Amino acid sequence: MSAKSKAGRVLEPTPWCTVGPYFSVTVTDANCVRAIALANTKGERLKLLCSVFDRDGKCVPDTLIEIWQANADGKYNHPDDRQAKSIDASFRGFGRQVTGLDGMCEFETIKPGRVPGPHGALQAPHLEVGVFTRGVLKHLATRIYFSGDAANCECPVLALVPKARRATLMAQPVAGQPGTWRHEIHLSGRKETVFFDV
Amino acid sequence: MYNALAMSRPSKRPRDSNLVTPYHRYPRGSQPPYLYPPYRLTLSRAPRKPLIVLPHTLSEITGPVFGHDDARETDNDLTRQHAGEPLGERITVSGRVLDDNGRPVPNTLIEIWQCNSAGRYRHRIDQHHAPLDPNFSGGGRTLTDAHGNYRFVTVKPGSYPWENHPNAWRPAHIHFSLYGTAFATRLVTQMYFPGDPLFPFDPIFNSVRDERARQRMISRFEMNRTEPGWSLGFRFDLVVRGRESTPFERKE
Repeated sequence: MSAKSKAGRVLEPTPWCTVGPYFSVTVTDANCVRAIALANTKGERLKLLCSVFDRDGKCVPDTLIEIWQANADGKYNHPDDRQAKSIDASFRGFGRQVTGLDGMCEFETIKPGRVPGPHGALQAPHLEVGVFTRGVLKHLATRIYFSGDAANCECPVLALVPKARRATLMAQPVAGQPGTWRHEIHLSGRKETVFFDV
Repeated sequence: MYNALAMSRPSKRPRDSNLVTPYHRYPRGSQPPYLYPPYRLTLSRAPRKPLIVLPHTLSEITGPVFGHDDARETDNDLTRQHAGEPLGERITVSGRVLDDNGRPVPNTLIEIWQCNSAGRYRHRIDQHHAPLDPNFSGGGRTLTDAHGNYRFVTVKPGSYPWENHPNAWRPAHIHFSLYGTAFATRLVTQMYFPGDPLFPFDPIFNSVRDERARQRMISRFEMNRTEPGWSLGFRFDLVVRGRESTPFERKE
């Protein structure tokens, strides 16, 4: 961290703590968002199946998965996205779901467009992902990219990830089900997913 | 419905839309490690490979914007969600959400959840042999006001046993979840009550290794926040990460 960035800080941040097992007291079906995209949202529609596994390869239920993404033009519905592109009024770009006993949850959304990254280089289409579950003291931040996308090889963020581990960030198309993608998140173990220090 | 521009004031920003003003990194020791063996479940759920440091891009400095559709006026009162009143000590929990630059975080969504005064959650997997309260669900949400203030009315949660180790009990706590202004400002924590005798024995509380950081999870009893003849008052301020100041910002 640069001295410059320290200069502004006057308060120490509150520590994180695990969500524990009972967050669905508040994070209920009524305020979870499976359909990130609505029927009239512009873009290539996706059904995304997410599964969460622990170090022993066992599925992890009661896990909150949050998704944040840009619209099909690569514009975030947020005041700090100053790109000269339009927001899509039907599209907040946020979803959250809780995994079931099978460790799975699903989202309906659209494939995001490309957004700028460090030094203006365009990032490949990706979803920002937060993983919250008991036994995880601070949420895990990861990303979901799309396997086979031509932009992956020039994404400045993927370039930070050792080649051998990039596959852990790639959703895979499900054979015979066009538009359906599957993504596995391994919290730990041999297939451990890449997590980011955000 | 999701008019982001109306909900939060844009921060000072560089003119080039490709440049972003990142958020501060967490100070060393201010956060719990992923692997903390006294909290047994971390053994099977903590990543072992080092995290990859992600420079903040547009994806990290933006995040979901919430508005009044996301929290009704009455959602901050957990004592009025049923026909009768819940059992237990009535309390208010109030405070401010600030960023680490000391600036208030307005219009941000706060969600809380807790067990009832007997130490039982209204949740399918809570098997603790303590009574459910038909008048208490234990969930609330609110938006901070223009100055970052929030307030909840609830009952003081009980302590309850859990299966981490023999005779393990959680200190009384209320879970807090905040989004702040960006993906990078997300915060989920637990608020504790001053003087809880269970602190020394709780691996979740003690997973935050820095004593001063642990103190920031403990609310303060404030006499001037009590409502005479009605409720005890606890103050809990939350601090999320703020932005770095950059030369670009000063130019504007």
